[in-house]
Amino acid sequence: MPPAIETEDLVRTFRLRRSRQHPSGAPVVALDGVSLEVQRGELFGLLGPNGAGKTTLIKILVTLLLPTSGRAAVEGFDVRTQAQQVRERISMVSGGEHSGYGLLTVREQLWMFSQFYGIPSGEALARIDRLLQVVGLYPERHRKVQQLSTGMRQKMNLARGLLSDPSVVFLDEPTVGLDVGAARDIRAYIRAWLADRPDRTILLTTHYMSEAEELCDRVAIIHKGKIVACDTPARLKRAASGGSYFLVDTERLDGADFLRRLPGVARVDSTERDGQTELRLRLAEDGAIAGVVAALTRHGRHILRLQKIEPTLEDAFITLVGQRLEEADREATAE
Amino acid sequence: MRARRVWYAVRGRAYPRTVGAAREPSWIFYDLALPILGVLAFVFVYRALGAPPQFTGYVIMGGATVAFWMNVMWNMAAQFYWEKHQGNLELYMMVPCGLVPILLGMAAGGAVATTVRAAVVVGVGVLLFQAPLAVSSWPLFALIFALGLVALYGLGMVFSSLFLLWGREAWHLVGLLQEPVYLVSGFYFPVRALGLWVGMAASLIPITLALDGLRQVMFPAFHPGLLPLAWEVGGLALLAVLFLFLALRMLRFMEQMARQEGRLSFRW
Repeated sequence: MPPAIETEDLVRTFRLRRSRQHPSGAPVVALDGVSLEVQRGELFGLLGPNGAGKTTLIKILVTLLLPTSGRAAVEGFDVRTQAQQVRERISMVSGGEHSGYGLLTVREQLWMFSQFYGIPSGEALARIDRLLQVVGLYPERHRKVQQLSTGMRQKMNLARGLLSDPSVVFLDEPTVGLDVGAARDIRAYIRAWLADRPDRTILLTTHYMSEAEELCDRVAIIHKGKIVACDTPARLKRAASGGSYFLVDTERLDGADFLRRLPGVARVDSTERDGQTELRLRLAEDGAIAGVVAALTRHGRHILRLQKIEPTLEDAFITLVGQRLEEADREATAE
Repeated sequence: MRARRVWYAVRGRAYPRTVGAAREPSWIFYDLALPILGVLAFVFVYRALGAPPQFTGYVIMGGATVAFWMNVMWNMAAQFYWEKHQGNLELYMMVPCGLVPILLGMAAGGAVATTVRAAVVVGVGVLLFQAPLAVSSWPLFALIFALGLVALYGLGMVFSSLFLLWGREAWHLVGLLQEPVYLVSGFYFPVRALGLWVGMAASLIPITLALDGLRQVMFPAFHPGLLPLAWEVGGLALLAVLFLFLALRMLRFMEQMARQEGRLSFRW
């Protein structure tokens, strides 16, 4: 049986018009030799900053975009030459999606989409009611779509994506812009759906570390169009754990450069919060923390908390990419 | 199986169009009050000139036809452009039924909703102005109306792909096409008055032949037809086939472009 998703040396470039932003007019490489294999039943995460190529990869897999070169297949069907067979088996839900028509009710909207998949009305309405109960939108089924909150709308979109009972579901940043509660609900439905259907596959793109860590069986880290690592979250974290990780809260610091110059300090990330500075330190070994404590004391800063922590997926990302996800996001936006 | 899937998709996409009429009553102003005001102006001009009462009938039919042209331009031609910005187009492109049934559904829903609106304009016009509208042959009337509708919405389907390629210019193109067509298609007067060759050129827009053919059926002794009625029916049938064929080709081309360029379906 072929894997659920398979890509081989996938390349996608975009031609850009010569402009002030792109004076050279040279093609932009969005995907640069991506090779992946996702097995059936996996919840596979694609983690990367804005502009890393996550959405481009999804668009190719859902047959909306042709690869420039290389090969991609979903359930063994080539996305270039067997688009129809691929479309029979997939669905996609994007974060911040405003699809459909505001004047329809939730139930009518879902019914409309069910018709595009050839589901008879009676069966479609029964499925819709079941799905709306699962995502907690059943009481809102007769409410117009334009009256829904962002979180409700995304729950409806998720129901739309699952309505055709697809074999492979592509979720493109499904919780982006949602409040904590709505995002947690969406993650719970995704997990529950896959648990009930162990032969189905989900490919999820996100740039939330915690989401990837919480949901995914395996994660591929994508940066500048290349897959830089692909493994289980636990193994990725282990790979990053060359050293010791500490969290230190101090009185507000004006810059942490003096800490970066200390022996044994590999990386310092500082965040200002409630008049305090939170330092996330990667050290060569545990003993180096003594130098950090001494340096802070010399600068007249009290230590409010000192905690040794386990490396996270974010640490793995930093080790592999050389910068934090937010930094990569900012860099991509500036470009 | 394939036919059933197409039918389901057509029905699904037609639904928002038909149900929208009841839920967005603003059409009563835009599609009813405004055309009737336009009709009113021409009726008074013709009456002031002492024109025969059949001219009032011409004007009412023209007023009803405005609803169709507006619907084809704003809700068919420009529709994919709006769908793209709402995020619907990329979902429509990846459903297994394909884009054709979805576009047909748009056309069918639009045609049904607009026929109701046009019928109301005719009814109100006849009541207000006592226009002498009488159909000499209902089967012929129905045939011309149906062929005109298929050809017109076929043209709308062609435009929908073209407008997507033209992007933001679509808005201006709709505005540019709207008013001149009222003139060259003879919405408020017999198109023959523009001369045979101008009328023939205007016949590329199906409304011209459909309106002229319907007027020939309604005012057989009075209306100076552009062409013999049989020719106009044949012309409409030809346009219907031509535009549907072109629409399918354009749609396929547009989808291929979208997949190659990556710009047509995405919200960039």
